[in-house]
Formats: sequence, C-alpha cells, structure tokens
Amino acid sequence: MIVFSVICAIFTSNTEQLSSGILNGAEKAVQLLIKLFGAMVFWSGIMKVAEKSGLTAKLVKLLSPFLKHLFPDLDKDGEAFQSICMNISANLIGVGNAATPFGLKAMREMQKQNLKKDTASDSMVVFVVMNTASMQLIPTTIGYLRQSYGSSEPFAIIPQVMAVSACALCVALVFSLTINRCKKWK
Amino acid sequence: MEIIVPAGVAIIVAYGLFKRVKVFDAFIEGAIEGLHALYMIIPTITGLVVAVEMLQQSGGIDMVCSFAEPLADIFGFPKEIVPMAILRPVSGSGATALLTNIYENYGPDSIVGQIASVLAGSTETTFYAVTMYYGSIGVTKTRHTLPVGLLADTTAFIMSIILIKAI
Repeated sequence: MIVFSVICAIFTSNTEQLSSGILNGAEKAVQLLIKLFGAMVFWSGIMKVAEKSGLTAKLVKLLSPFLKHLFPDLDKDGEAFQSICMNISANLIGVGNAATPFGLKAMREMQKQNLKKDTASDSMVVFVVMNTASMQLIPTTIGYLRQSYGSSEPFAIIPQVMAVSACALCVALVFSLTINRCKKWK
Repeated sequence: MEIIVPAGVAIIVAYGLFKRVKVFDAFIEGAIEGLHALYMIIPTITGLVVAVEMLQQSGGIDMVCSFAEPLADIFGFPKEIVPMAILRPVSGSGATALLTNIYENYGPDSIVGQIASVLAGSTETTFYAVTMYYGSIGVTKTRHTLPVGLLADTTAFIMSIILIKAI
C-alpha cells in the first residue's frame, strides 16, 4: 500500500502532500489509540465482572445454538467462545468500542489453541470475517448524520440497511465456511 | 436508545454484586488484560493508519476511482458513490467525510444519498478489522480472510444500489 502511494504521488506530483501525510498519519494513529484506550480498559474490566458472576455463561447458552455451527472446532465452554459471544452481542446493539476489546480477547484465546502460530485458524477467519461485515441492528450514527443534514425520514433506510447487512454477512459466512471445509477434505 | 449501554453496565455490576463477586478486583484484573492487549496493537495500528493516510494524500484513491467510475457507468451504477465505496473498507473517517459531502451536494433523501446511507450502515472498515485482530496476536498469514471480507463489501455495494433503486 505504501509503495503504491509513493508511485501514485510521483505520477500525480503530490510528493509534498505525501511527506506531510506520513506525519499526519502517525499523529492520527495516536489519536485513534487514545480513543481506544479508555474503551479498551473499561470494557475489558466490565467483561471480567460479567465473566466471574456467570452472566457471560448465560449469554453463551443463548447464542451457542447459532454460533456452534460457525465455530465447530472451539470448545463451547471455553474462554474463546465466551469472548466471541460478547463481541457479537456488543456488535448487534451497536456498541462498537465495546466489541473491539471482546474481539481482541477472542483472538488471544483462539491463538492459544492454534497449531501454526503465524497462520490464521479456521475459527479466526470466520470470526474476523464476521467483524468486517456490519452486524449492527440499528445504524444510529448514520441516522443521526442524516437527521443533521435535514433528512425528512432519517431512519427510513433501516430495513434496507438490515437486508444489505444480512446479505453481506451471509456471503461472508458461506464463503469462509465453504473454504474452511474444502481445506479439510484435502 | 442511549439508555442501553449504561443499563447494560449497571446490570452487569448489579448481577456481580448479587453473586458476591469481588466486583472491583475483577474489574481491575480485566482492565489490566485490556491494557496489555492495547499495547500489542499499537505498532499495527500505527502502520496501518500511516499507510492509509499516504494512500489518500498521494492521490492513489483518486486514481483508482478514475478507473472505476467509467466501469460503474457501464453497469448503470451511480458514479457519485464510487469514491465512497472504494474508501469505505480502508478508512472509516474518510468514508464518513465523503458521506457528508454526498448529503451536502445531493441531500440525504436523494437516491444517491439513500444508497450512500445504506452502504455506510451495512459495511465496516474491513482492512482495519483484519490488521487489528490479526496484528494483536502476530498472525501474518490470514488465508482467505481479506478476499472474503472484500467480497462481502462488494455484495453490500451492489445490494444497496439494487434495493434503493427497486423501491
């Protein structure tokens, strides 16, 4: 990506902007990390409370009938599976900054069971692919943004957003699961 | 809607107290874990954000768009949303900036505005999720994650146009 940018800059004679872009980018990265910082620490703490009180286990029971088909090689009572459930619930209600810490925990737990440490396991692929597709039920940010630009019906697009999200998620799941299965047959 | 998150936190804490968990000790234990996870993703995030910023500043995105726009025309896709569709998997804030541009120029209730809204609401920043999650645990071979993620984004792009145009 960086090499491509440099080549483009030379073609379009944007080299000056590019060099300032490097510094700006580094600055933006720190801003992003600071934004993540509070959420990360807070939600990881809250998750631990939920885990110790047994609340996570209840949520797992609720979601596992669906999720066990997506992650066949994970232990249903394991920490990886618990974190995945928390990540998905946070995504569904649209608390993105809570979903990230749960997701990172899920990855750490899955890595413990991973045999090849530099290669993604089947469950990791399915999990990350789910997170690259949007699972949010109600797109609040977009709704508010539409409202502030004078939309007469800011939330009129919700049915379409749901339908499109569902389609994209299905495509993502079907393809990642199929490719996972193909590999096993070899 | 705003009540969901605080209520959720309150329920978790209240349930913890009810079950006689040492709530604050557990919170600190988890928070330290979270801090460690954040420390692990600093290098990956910095690298990605710099690369994305370079891509935008260098005109790389514009160049890709100038190739993709005539293509979109052939299929009857509105070319106004092509830049946003291309930027969306790479940069969330960049895509939001383009979204507000579209709202300003065409209005949020126009066909283009509606398609852009649906697209923005039904996709995520794919590259960011992939680099962050794999970067945090040092996995470099991501196998079919990125192709499938981008395929889902393409599906969302096509579906949002079809659904809005059909209604």
